[in-house]
Amino acid sequence: MKLGAPLLIRIVVFLLLVLFLTRPELFAPLLEPLTQNGAPAIYNQGDLLALTLSHLRTVAVATGAAAVVAVGFAILVTRPIGAEFLPLSRSIVNIGQTFPPVAVLALAVPAVGFGEKPTLIALFLYGLLPIFENTLTGLTRLPPAVVDAANGMGMTETQRLFRVELPLAFPVILEGVRLSTVIALATATIGSTVAAKGLGEVIIAGLLSNNLAFVVQGGVIVGVLAVLLSDAFSALGDAAARRTGRVVRAEAA
Amino acid sequence: MIELQHLTKRYGGTTVVDNVSLTVEARSIAVIVGTSGSGKTTLMRMVNRLVEPTSGRVLIDGVDTATIAPFELRRRIGYAIQNHGLFPHRTVAQNIATVPALLGWDSGAIAARVNELLELFGLDPAAFAKRYPHELSGGQQQRVGVARALAAKPNLLLMDEPFGALDPIVRTKAQEDLKAIQRTLGTTIILVTHDMEEAISLGDRIAVMDGGRLLQYASPNEILVRPATAFVDDLIGTGDRPFRLLSLTPLAEAVEAGPAEGEPMPGDRSLRDALAELLWSKRAALPVAGADGAVIGRVTLDGLLKRAARPA
Amino acid sequence: MQQRIDKLGVVIALTLAGAAFLPLATYRANRIAGGEGKSIAEALPAWAAVALALVLVAAALVALIRSSTGLRLGTSLAGIAALALAVGFSAIYLTPEGDRYARVAPGSGFWLALFGLAIMAADAMVRLRLGPTARIAGVLLFFGALGLLLVSGVWDGLSILKEYSGRADVFWREAGTHMTLAVGSLAAAVAVGLPLGIAADRVDRLRAPVLNVLNIVQTIPSIALFGILIAPLGWLAANVPGAAAIGIRGIGIAPAFVALFLYSLLPMVANTVVGLRGVAREAVEAARGMGMTNAQRLFKVELPLAAPLILTGIRIVLVQNIGLATIAALIGGGGFGVFVFQGIGQTATDLILLGAVPTVLLAFAAAVVLDAVVELTAKGAP
Repeated sequence: MKLGAPLLIRIVVFLLLVLFLTRPELFAPLLEPLTQNGAPAIYNQGDLLALTLSHLRTVAVATGAAAVVAVGFAILVTRPIGAEFLPLSRSIVNIGQTFPPVAVLALAVPAVGFGEKPTLIALFLYGLLPIFENTLTGLTRLPPAVVDAANGMGMTETQRLFRVELPLAFPVILEGVRLSTVIALATATIGSTVAAKGLGEVIIAGLLSNNLAFVVQGGVIVGVLAVLLSDAFSALGDAAARRTGRVVRAEAA
Repeated sequence: MIELQHLTKRYGGTTVVDNVSLTVEARSIAVIVGTSGSGKTTLMRMVNRLVEPTSGRVLIDGVDTATIAPFELRRRIGYAIQNHGLFPHRTVAQNIATVPALLGWDSGAIAARVNELLELFGLDPAAFAKRYPHELSGGQQQRVGVARALAAKPNLLLMDEPFGALDPIVRTKAQEDLKAIQRTLGTTIILVTHDMEEAISLGDRIAVMDGGRLLQYASPNEILVRPATAFVDDLIGTGDRPFRLLSLTPLAEAVEAGPAEGEPMPGDRSLRDALAELLWSKRAALPVAGADGAVIGRVTLDGLLKRAARPA
Repeated sequence: MQQRIDKLGVVIALTLAGAAFLPLATYRANRIAGGEGKSIAEALPAWAAVALALVLVAAALVALIRSSTGLRLGTSLAGIAALALAVGFSAIYLTPEGDRYARVAPGSGFWLALFGLAIMAADAMVRLRLGPTARIAGVLLFFGALGLLLVSGVWDGLSILKEYSGRADVFWREAGTHMTLAVGSLAAAVAVGLPLGIAADRVDRLRAPVLNVLNIVQTIPSIALFGILIAPLGWLAANVPGAAAIGIRGIGIAPAFVALFLYSLLPMVANTVVGLRGVAREAVEAARGMGMTNAQRLFKVELPLAAPLILTGIRIVLVQNIGLATIAALIGGGGFGVFVFQGIGQTATDLILLGAVPTVLLAFAAAVVLDAVVELTAKGAP
């Protein structure tokens, strides 16, 4: 899912987001029509910027960890030593993806208690799947002639992995990281139901106090972050893919 | 000198290569020809141990390749394949530099070698070094593939259908370039192809494979004149045989004394070219020019017809 | 000899060995008291403990040694059955006679052993390369066995079923709401998404904008979208005559339904477009050459050929909706999320499980069955 907005619009949106996070009161008139009975238009139980950064940090930590582990596993099952695990790992990914993120989050609470931890665990576990799947696709669909040439020229297994396979699979891996990030950004909002610090707080406060302005600002910040980050990853991946003259993404979800 | 001794490769119950022995002289081109599934590629891949033989051994200049670590062995042997196998994420220069870099050459030596090879293959370093493979034409990609295989100055070059993906005109040119470069560098080449025409035009010796067995290993002339089995005969194609025979000999070797009319033909062209020209222009003889352009004699239709016939 | 050891078997055997040292069940004096782990030996009468231990050892051995796939599948399924029975017995065994407050739940050892055995079973099934019909049959058998266990009363002592028995009516009502949300929004998404996808395929200028807007909808976090819809639907209910009568309200099921519908549109439209674009040109040309009208071509050639991809879209949507419908509880929309969020609020694990386990099972079953259906239709298409 490529979000085709010209660069200029993205820059403007980004600047608006920064302005909103640093000086939210400027936007109060816009949000006021959504409030009732003189309720505040701008979230007043915490600093929006701090919540946003904490939200992003949770996503970054979980997705980063998921990327390291998922890529590591995908490398393992595509080496001769781990080949026996390849068919099984594929089906585990398929099954795992049917687990709803909320269920993963809810099941993590009894195991580790409230706060950041269950959110991190849920985002981490859920983030593993797209990255693992994409890395696997990237590493198993390399042009056979290229792999043959790498062997034929005397690269060792490790050299082939780091100099040929991973660089070629990079755009596809990045696409997996992009998917995981977008999912994590949205799922992290649910983390606020288990007391994780993040933008979910703003939305839930809005739901509890029946203040639509809160719901909208929380939702829009997350949505804009998702669009911008998704675009950034896409641009990075496209640049890498264009250099190698390869097409990575299919249009379908 | 490359010696293949009793090489056999079995996968499960199927024998892909069956007890093949042959010797390739240094500085010569050996072509392994056969249909798909004949075991020709597997045979070649056992030379640089991309495939480990079930039994038998390969000696390069008397050294058993089984005693050398596979990746070290492969770095000493050039390897060029169909569809070139260029690394799409690396520039032309980086591609050519692959093996020298693996061998730890210093960057100055690598850069010099890359330029030298690009020029040897008629690719302007200024224009091509920084391009990516997908920005090249098929013929250019193929040349870079061969240049990359030759980068670390290997004594032996393995080529698997190197011209398979090229269109006919580009292919003929690439074959001629390869012959010229082989003569200049003196590299020993083992080349795999399914195309008998290519085998005859490139090979000093031709190995014909079928069903994993080596049917005949001989010079092109020998193969054409005395095919060992009906299969080899089929592969040559009896209809083309006289013309293929003529194509093996340069004009300079068949020059007779005597006058002839018209534009002289250079002595390094083949008898087949001369025959075609004679038939086309309805002449009985044409003059032959030496390397300096001066006429050194002639070839006649009668003479060519005798050479095209099965030798006694 | 080394060849006879199965690498995955080593992992499974280690998992089972680890599970044997963890508690099979946890015992709590009442619903919110701290848990107390009970090992296999403590949680079961001696004969049952020995029997379970033997089954687990046998499963580990079968996993470890390279053996026939059928044997591996049989052993792992037998192991799972033994585990399921054992945890039920343990609940009856551990609960003091007549104690209505004591709670026994499966412990970490149970979950780990179940995980190991499920991996073993999954691996065997992957290796058997079951066809689509066999996979659907497998799902039916699984749910049949599960239903049998539930009806038989073996598990009645387990805390999750005690939570259930206290609120059986609510459970089935919320189950109905959950399915209405998930399947109803899917039906609406098919009804709107399919024509929209066909239009986006036919009209070039429509394609990019439609897909872009739907992409952006997907990035809005679900709770926010649910919340944002409260206002317009509330307004509709208040201002459009009859709207309230058909159930449109600011909070409750309506905004959840609309939100799920909006999320479902992208996979539906995108897959319809990709499916139609993927139809071979020759087939379309041939249809045109034979004199089919536009409508005939669409219904007799293009849609049938695009069916596998469109069905894949439906599969994505259904699995996604079953999961997302959990969020509806946050805005009073009901569904299994009610138990999940109540459970989170009360720190009651069993209640969370009562909501989460059916959700996971439903999503899993939907995925397996629809994947099989996709495969069946793809086979039919040339």
